[in-house]
Amino acid sequence: MPRTEFASFSIPHLRILDERGGLDEALAPDLSPPELERLYRGMVWAREADQRMLRLQRQGRMGTFSPSTGQEAAACGPALALGERDWLVPAFRELGALLMRGVPLHRVLLFWGGFEEGNVYPGLDRTLPNAVIVGSQIPHAAGIGYALRLRGEKDAAVLCFFGDGATSEGDFHEGLNFAAVWKAPVVFVCQNNQWAISTPLAKQTAAASVAQKAVAYGMPGVRVDGNDPLAMYEATRAALARARAGEGPTLIEAATYRLMMHTTADDPTKYRGDEEVKAWEGRDPLVRLRLYLERRGHWDEARETALREEVKALIDAEVRRYESMKEFPIAAPFDNVYGTPHPNIAEQKEEFLRALEEDGRRG
Amino acid sequence: MAKMTMVQAINLALTQEMAKDERVVVLGEDVGVNEGVFRVTAGLHKAYGDARVVDTPLAESAILGTAVGMALAGLRPVAEMQFDGFSYLMWGQLEGHASRFRARTQGRWTCPLVVRFPYGGGVRALEHHSESREAMYAQIPGLKVVVPSGPRNARALLVAAIRDPDAVVFMEPKRSYRAFREEVPEEEEVLELGKANVEREGSDVTLVSWGATMRAARQAAQELADARGVSVELVDLLSLAPLDKETIRASVRKTGRLVVAQEEPRSYGVASEVIAAVTDDDAFWRLVAPPRRVAGSDVVTPYFGREEKYLPDAPRIARALEEVLAC
Repeated sequence: MPRTEFASFSIPHLRILDERGGLDEALAPDLSPPELERLYRGMVWAREADQRMLRLQRQGRMGTFSPSTGQEAAACGPALALGERDWLVPAFRELGALLMRGVPLHRVLLFWGGFEEGNVYPGLDRTLPNAVIVGSQIPHAAGIGYALRLRGEKDAAVLCFFGDGATSEGDFHEGLNFAAVWKAPVVFVCQNNQWAISTPLAKQTAAASVAQKAVAYGMPGVRVDGNDPLAMYEATRAALARARAGEGPTLIEAATYRLMMHTTADDPTKYRGDEEVKAWEGRDPLVRLRLYLERRGHWDEARETALREEVKALIDAEVRRYESMKEFPIAAPFDNVYGTPHPNIAEQKEEFLRALEEDGRRG
Repeated sequence: MAKMTMVQAINLALTQEMAKDERVVVLGEDVGVNEGVFRVTAGLHKAYGDARVVDTPLAESAILGTAVGMALAGLRPVAEMQFDGFSYLMWGQLEGHASRFRARTQGRWTCPLVVRFPYGGGVRALEHHSESREAMYAQIPGLKVVVPSGPRNARALLVAAIRDPDAVVFMEPKRSYRAFREEVPEEEEVLELGKANVEREGSDVTLVSWGATMRAARQAAQELADARGVSVELVDLLSLAPLDKETIRASVRKTGRLVVAQEEPRSYGVASEVIAAVTDDDAFWRLVAPPRRVAGSDVVTPYFGREEKYLPDAPRIARALEEVLAC
């Protein structure tokens, strides 16, 4: 009997905007000038906030955090495609997506500043807090997608972010497998920033792309230039439409780069060379979109200056708000362990407060 | 009232809650068409279909992880782990998410789900099918841990667990699944979580237990009463978290003596916590004898060829009672 081919596959690669701001007209998404501006604004906002947070952290005014500089297109492009009814399930390096979604920066600062209050986004009932355990949020997205279908919400889907390291976790496999079997309306966006702390992609997976992992689950996978905000928007938009139409999940690999450290507690010079970083600095997603906007006559130096000033002022105000909000009730962690009265927690809260009072008396 | 096994009583709770609340969804391995390996989910798939009785792919972490997502999105998932020994694969989702969504978001997000599974030894099962590790779950903040001891309380506690606003671990002592029957009312019965039951009042010694070990405890109490007229107060914990310390303390204040019987390993277990609930409190001064634990050993759960020798039984409990009574 001859050997025949049982299956074959190919992985599409999507890039719409090149590094000099040149557009592939055939693939260009249908975005109005205000929408393009909104996208650029979100990316600038994320970049400026990231730089500011780094200074705050170095000054001891904030805790360890995970910078997102360089990955703005991979976070903001998908966020632009989100509808109000859609869910956002983040990992912990999607600052731009959170800001575009409407999460106030002071909440982000509170989270990295060490307060649970930073997980609460008033008015945003479909945006989950950060998930720090790598990949653990992926099954949640599948479950939310399942619930949307069961409840007959055909106008909503789930956008779930994670990094390249997460694709090695069991929860990545389990979550994508469940979502595909269930045809759950979920768009999985892997921000492949090439490094999981010090482990390069080549040591993370032997596969040529993250996107091809989708094949094994029976869902489409697409590799996208993750520094191209228009391609990220377009891939996500199409995947969300597919999800809402009941056709199931999609895996999008955003090939991007983390220009800074994994977290502010990490020193990337230990494990990677300057040349690689410099090469990626030349592919800055903000520069790319700005060049495009300028070419189209939507942008100029004056508008750039005005936007930067506006964003910086906004960030200043949010930092002030964060720093004025640090006086939270010390015993708050006792208050929401359970939704029903719990005598043992009540007893321990009383004991804790008594001990604090005693400490205070003794100086 | 119908006489039911624990399996039937748990099934009754699931059937009635699914009828009452369309948000209730049952998911797990083989819970649908096959109706569960212990038949706990019998009839549910037929009545409620694929969408609400979900045969999942084989993956414990994702069963609980997707249940977390379902709960966040407004459903009331009841997830089944097929066996105790496999439940450790869901640990990350249980500790990292299900138990703490409420606390980490200050009540903004809650995770009302139940994860139920058969646990414990005594049914001559395979390796990894006879584990008793209640304390591992009971120590996680934000979780409630419930262990029924008979058909009637199993039904009434599961109804409460499904309606609870938080994540509940519902551990079903599989040795008691079909070991005996009890009258279970067709009409709704709900027991409050976090309340122990003083099953038998007494004045000489307090005996605390839960789950399948309650049967051995009952037997020991009866034997001592019959043989020597000893009055044993028998407390069935029912909830391990929250632990009903007040009922334990009140009983010990009355009797002055305490024995705790558990199947799980001796060290760092629930029995230690029960004893600490007394020694932490003024009830300590009423003790006239050192409290004692009758427990499993700190060894890997032995295979069924030896398990009967390892499970705490009525004679061992009776001996411990006699020892504290001799003080």
